[in-house]
Amino acid sequence: MNQKKERLRKLWVSLLGVCVLGLAVYAADSLGWIDNYIRGIFIQCCFAIIMVTSLNLVMGYLGQIALGHAGFMAVGAYTSALVTKAIGLGIKAGAILPMSNVMQFFIGLLCGAVAAALFGLVVGIPALRLRGDYLAIITLGFGEIIRVIIQNLAFAGGKGLANGQAGQALVGILKMNDIYVIFGVTAVCVAIMLAFVRSKFGRAIIAIREDDIASSSAGLNITFYKVLTFTVSAFFAGIAGAIYAHRGLGTLQHSDFTFLKSTEYVIMVVLGGMGSMTGSVVAAIILSVIPEALRAFSQYRMLIYSVILVLMMIFRPIGLFGNYEFSLYELLRGKLTGKPPRSGRSAAKGGA
Amino acid sequence: MPETILRASHLGITFGGLKAVHNFEIDIKEGELVGLIGPNGAGKTTVFNLFTGVYKPTEGTFYLGKQLMNGKKTHEIVAAGIARTFQNIRLFKKMTVMENVLIAFTKDIRYGLPGSILRTAAFWKEEADIRDKAMDLLSVFNLQDKADWNAGNLPYGQQRKLEIARALATNAKMLLLDEPAAGMNPTETAELLACINTIRRKFNISILLIEHDMSLVMNICERIVVIDYGEIIAQGLPEEISHDPKVIAAYLGE
Repeated sequence: MNQKKERLRKLWVSLLGVCVLGLAVYAADSLGWIDNYIRGIFIQCCFAIIMVTSLNLVMGYLGQIALGHAGFMAVGAYTSALVTKAIGLGIKAGAILPMSNVMQFFIGLLCGAVAAALFGLVVGIPALRLRGDYLAIITLGFGEIIRVIIQNLAFAGGKGLANGQAGQALVGILKMNDIYVIFGVTAVCVAIMLAFVRSKFGRAIIAIREDDIASSSAGLNITFYKVLTFTVSAFFAGIAGAIYAHRGLGTLQHSDFTFLKSTEYVIMVVLGGMGSMTGSVVAAIILSVIPEALRAFSQYRMLIYSVILVLMMIFRPIGLFGNYEFSLYELLRGKLTGKPPRSGRSAAKGGA
Repeated sequence: MPETILRASHLGITFGGLKAVHNFEIDIKEGELVGLIGPNGAGKTTVFNLFTGVYKPTEGTFYLGKQLMNGKKTHEIVAAGIARTFQNIRLFKKMTVMENVLIAFTKDIRYGLPGSILRTAAFWKEEADIRDKAMDLLSVFNLQDKADWNAGNLPYGQQRKLEIARALATNAKMLLLDEPAAGMNPTETAELLACINTIRRKFNISILLIEHDMSLVMNICERIVVIDYGEIIAQGLPEEISHDPKVIAAYLGE
């Protein structure tokens, strides 16, 4: 069957794309270009990519503004950190069979993601009855609630409000800054989200964004799809949080997950283009790297963000990519056969 | 004796103190085409909103076949077999014509999250199947060549048709058309008329139709129900209705 062949070919090209990117990282690594500083930025890009693509599911595809994404990231970060700490203690005490760091990290990552998804579900069910500005406000509220609760949990490093700001950090977290593992996780996450968007689920949530009354008249259970998308989005925010927690500093502070953090990711989604995974990936990389490159002006970062956002709204309200998706397969097909590339929307995309 | 598809008895809804619809009775048989007419603000669209679960009736009951539909949510009612179109077209404008129809098949798709993430064979098969089904449906409306168009770019008449196609794709037994000929020129109206006749023959579906274009109503409706101020004032064959003094009074004033 012709279609089957094309699907397989697309899959191979996508895998190839990921491998080429991986090899590029490997080459840079073996040339000694990747020191700890670059490694830090690389990991920052990776969890930003997961955060932004997952937030894009809610903002771009479902069309609902959510300002509490950092809250879910916090849940994922703390849960995974506590789990890996517990595993570490268990191994030391001989209660658990020894296992590699990567294994521990993955168990923590999965727990963090599931915990974040549960929070997403619990927050989503009441919150998604609202829409527009009201949803934005309530998600903002939930995000802050999650953070403040963490601030007051003794086992999460918080000492309670009575103790003021002092010593509120979770310390001694496992370090997992192997760039290949993080790269792999990121690629898989983006691939899963792309698959989600290109299925009945993606179609349904785009339809709900376009017209919710018509969607329910076409037989869609709107509440179900909204809550599902919110939960999936929170799940991946949890994964990003887990990567963040294990990025190598060994500490976690509740103040890492403030409202400003959520806003940063919202800006990245808008900049990349609501409804474009490519845009999200590119915007996440750009806005993670630029502040590092412009270290000297770091105190103006939020100012620069705002200016970028305002200019964007004036000159290109659809974001850098609109809803265009980059496809390595289509690009190669165009170059090799001279056929014009098909519309970016229906095409498959190669890698992270 | 053909079976009753949609039956309402004493159906009504009150908004505050206003009885928007009161004591609404209807009995639509299999394959029947009934017109619902009345002056502006008479409550025609409210009746549709009751039948599709947008509003919950505050009095009376309505049945689809033998199933009580009172209080069900819109998507449950659609799953049971009542589909509708809207007075002001509601398409998914930025989605393709094909996708607009595919949405209506969503409720029948069996693959779940794992299937769509792993891209299983079942996933591809189901996707291919519904695409074929959607294409067949589009060709009934002569839209097959425009399957890749953005729905918002279709000419007006074809947008109306696409909306009907989407409603049919839900596999409905009962189709509610809210002013399908609104804003159409005479040629488009004639085309729509032919189109409605085709789908009746092809899908053996019952239709309840709201319309202001009397030539269309008198032409295709087998039976007409007239409402004014939320209550039925007359019903019967088209020629009876057009001579009914109460109907004339409602439209022209006494």
